[in-house]
Amino acid sequence: MHFGFQTVTEEERREKIYQVFENVAKKYDVMNDSMTLGIHRVWKDILVHKMNPCPGTLLLDVAGGTGDIAFRFINYVRSVRQRQLQRKLKHHQNLSWQEIFESYQKDEFNSLGDSQVVVCDINREMLKVGKQKAEHLGYSEGLSWVLGNAEELPFDDDKFDVYTIAFGIRNVTRIDLALQEAYRVLKPGGRFLCLEFSHVSNPLLSRLYDLYSFQVIPVLGEVIAGDWSSWAQVKEKVKTPLDVGCMGGVINRSLWTKHHHQVDHSCHLDKTFVNFFLGSDKRSLLLKTAKRKKTTGSRGNCCLLSSGTWGGTWGGTWGST
Amino acid sequence: MEGWHQLYPGHIPTSPLQKALLAAGSAVMALYDPYRHDMVAVLGETTGCLALPNLRDKMKNHPEGHRILQERPRIHLSTLDMARLQGLPEGSLGREYVRFLEDNKVSPDTRMPPKFVDDEELAYVIQRYREVHDLMHTLLGMPTNMLGEVVVKWFEAVQTGLPMCVLGAAFGPVRLSTRKLQVLATELVPWAIRSGLNASCVLNVYYEQRWEQPVESLREELGIFPPPAVRV
Repeated sequence: MHFGFQTVTEEERREKIYQVFENVAKKYDVMNDSMTLGIHRVWKDILVHKMNPCPGTLLLDVAGGTGDIAFRFINYVRSVRQRQLQRKLKHHQNLSWQEIFESYQKDEFNSLGDSQVVVCDINREMLKVGKQKAEHLGYSEGLSWVLGNAEELPFDDDKFDVYTIAFGIRNVTRIDLALQEAYRVLKPGGRFLCLEFSHVSNPLLSRLYDLYSFQVIPVLGEVIAGDWSSWAQVKEKVKTPLDVGCMGGVINRSLWTKHHHQVDHSCHLDKTFVNFFLGSDKRSLLLKTAKRKKTTGSRGNCCLLSSGTWGGTWGGTWGST
Repeated sequence: MEGWHQLYPGHIPTSPLQKALLAAGSAVMALYDPYRHDMVAVLGETTGCLALPNLRDKMKNHPEGHRILQERPRIHLSTLDMARLQGLPEGSLGREYVRFLEDNKVSPDTRMPPKFVDDEELAYVIQRYREVHDLMHTLLGMPTNMLGEVVVKWFEAVQTGLPMCVLGAAFGPVRLSTRKLQVLATELVPWAIRSGLNASCVLNVYYEQRWEQPVESLREELGIFPPPAVRV
């Protein structure tokens, strides 16, 4: 078991990661902005756009801590719902004002169209920060906060339409268990979306990336959060190999492939988004996969997308036959 | 790798690049948010590579300073006998020091321990400098408001040559009103500079062994001129 350069037991790794996030919870958002110069917001926007949820979607955001994905989901669904309502109103040409007003009032109370997001995180402090943010920003409807472990989710089977985990899977000690759980709690035809950094293969860029992580990020931690040591450990967490091949390997061994998913390396992302720091090999992975159960004929697809490269983008899809 | 060459508890070894980044970052942050005392401390540590050895050498070459380096006294609430100090006669160092702590509601325990100094003895020197800061206030008769702090910084800048003191002395006044700036420029700073240049090294005083000494007598011994009669 690896925690960066140290060899620790699984339990020790979980504890160390818990402590790091407990310490950094309050400054987590401002540190994200500083470390990525705000670009993490764009990545998260892209994730929700790729998700393209419609009103009525039930989302589980795992390792969702401070609520970034959840709030974006709510905003997205709200605006989709707004457009729905506006279209509906346009068609009500021959109704009286009273009837229109009543119908609008009825729908207004349902501004999310029954969509819901459950934010699940293993860390109490992160959830606390998330709840405070929600209060501060005025999010209450359709949002709930659950303390839980991605390796053992406190939810029933076949419950959610979408499962997201943004920059969280690196912190999971048993990724295979987390994937099994994701499979379990998703409805048939449900989607699994994972946003994560991948392994940088270009050696020069890899060195720059390491330099940035080991030299600059602890300094940012000290200056912004007054906390060197927690942020010095951040790269240690990411150093576990989470490249596409590895994730693919893990996914291949999991339940996903029991249902005839295959890898298809033909999916390409738009090249419009530019990664600020590094060149062609710094990637964010977006894994989109759907599970397919025997009873339904729904098509499952798992798409690996990279966000942000100057040079080539690449991706892979697993498609069910 | 970091963490492998810890020279003292709390020490964080850093590369030259990290020190440069820390110096720049802490300077900006300290100006942006004056309540980030930890940033002032970090700035001091990352820029003190020339001044600290100088100070240490001054201490080594002085009998009292040498003893301090050997015995490594610390000024903590736990090591001070506050009751005894309070019972000392008016005007004595101990009595005035306690009065200063009470009036300004400060404590010697809030000084940051050093983190980024890569020498164990120099780490003590900077720690000693921080812990006697309140005694500087007492000797100079300056309160802990912005004006008082700037005056003490000017004195310390001249005495220690620490870049952090120089920066604090130069940039501290930006947040002062015009009236205060005037008093600062015409009376307080000239006095602080003259005293700083005239006085012997303030780190060569074993304060813990001089609590009974009257403040005025210590001032004279060191070479600090009497403070100007202005309200700070």
